Amino acid sequence: MKLAIHGLVQRFVDPRGSRESATVLDDLELVTGDIQALVLVGPSGGGKSTLLRILAGLDVPVAGSVAFDGVPLPRDEGALRDYRRTVGTVFQAYNLFPHLTALQNLLLPLVHVHGLTEPEARERVREPLERFGLTPHVHKRPAELSGGQKQRIAILRALVVRPRRLFLDEPTSALDPEMTGEVLEMIAELKTLGTQFVLVTHEMGCARRVADEIAFIADGRVAVHGTATEFLDQTTDARVRAFLQRTLHA
Amino acid sequence: MPRWLAYLIVLAVLTSAAAAAFASLDMNWNWSIVWEYREAFWRGWWTTLALSLAALVASSLIGIVAALMLRSPIRLVQAAARVYVELIRGTPLLVQLLIGWYVVAAALRIGTDHRYVVGVLVLSLFSGAYMAEIFRGGLDAIPKTQLDSSRAIGLTPWQTLRLVVLPQAVRIVLPSVAGQFVSLVKDSSLLSVISIAEFTFNARNVNSATYSTLESYLPLAAGYLAVTLPLAALSRWLERRFRYEAA
Repeated sequence: MKLAIHGLVQRFVDPRGSRESATVLDDLELVTGDIQALVLVGPSGGGKSTLLRILAGLDVPVAGSVAFDGVPLPRDEGALRDYRRTVGTVFQAYNLFPHLTALQNLLLPLVHVHGLTEPEARERVREPLERFGLTPHVHKRPAELSGGQKQRIAILRALVVRPRRLFLDEPTSALDPEMTGEVLEMIAELKTLGTQFVLVTHEMGCARRVADEIAFIADGRVAVHGTATEFLDQTTDARVRAFLQRTLHA
Repeated sequence: MPRWLAYLIVLAVLTSAAAAAFASLDMNWNWSIVWEYREAFWRGWWTTLALSLAALVASSLIGIVAALMLRSPIRLVQAAARVYVELIRGTPLLVQLLIGWYVVAAALRIGTDHRYVVGVLVLSLFSGAYMAEIFRGGLDAIPKTQLDSSRAIGLTPWQTLRLVVLPQAVRIVLPSVAGQFVSLVKDSSLLSVISIAEFTFNARNVNSATYSTLESYLPLAAGYLAVTLPLAALSRWLERRFRYEAA
């Protein structure tokens, strides 16, 4: 994928009703090479999750343009819904449907959005469930799954519809270290499988492992952007160095 | 202690207390004359059951629509639903029935043969207002992240409502809805004021004809319990079936 973002602005109005609006993305520019995995890092509140929501077609920016492989993202809800059906999104808090079993969570988009019959959908999810070691858990409801299992089911739910690319928003932030490992392992495997994705994360080890390019986002702009090696080992930017220091020792 | 034994003890205490009370009152029971009116009780009971079932379905539909209207972003729609809910919940059903029949139905030139339809309609509107608030609470309890997730996988708003929001809301509102259904069955007794020959109406007629007050009204209580107790049991069973922990 080749991502080109120009003049991207996003503001949020204070829900308490005042006219003040916070600028979260401030004329953001980012043009990547033809890469498989882009990792977004940076301080909390810097705008990375806001950017990811726009890329995933969940929010519409106030101004600016976003294009993947030269195709601009639409702005109206109908076209955006069609766009969202071609990509997959994974949230920090898993957001599985609690009233459905793990298997039903996987089948729902396949049957109701992508028009597969139930047997076709079951066939479609069988192999991925096996591959990621989740088959024993398919009949459990989310409340009966560990955080790591929930997040891996959530990733699978996004994956089994065969999306053009995945958007992962801090998929390990809500997990304890042990479970973080199993989710990061799965993301690394996605990379090997050739899946395209944009990942927001604080895990620099994971970033090093999967990223083709890394963008450091702070104060609503891309402060530093480069290949994984350039970014992690060669950058002289003081903010990035300080950030890397903090995250590595956290 | 096993559950059945606990129930047995509670019922035994209750029965002996009642027996003692009636014994001290030296009642002259006259069950035989009331027995002659068993047909009237039977017909009334079935009428109550039918009216309640119809109102149960109608009030659920009204409740769902009104709850969605209460959450509408369109101010006028929201205001209409709010006025409906508060007007109905703030006034007695008795008054609503009298106005519904003697004013609204009369003004619309609705004939007496449609008495039952009007009765069920007013009862449904009454119960629907309570349902609306129950459903609204249930819908409000669904986290926003569920809507995010639904949009992310490409569901339409209607699919989101049907596949994600309503199934979760049902579980939340089930106990309150069951309680409302029980109230509805008992509230249907007020339909007697517009001369609908349901259970209470018939029991009252038996009383006027026989002057055997308790003999007329005790079967009435038993008849209502015969509907409401299974309803309560059904609701507990449904609650168990729909139970899952929020994750």
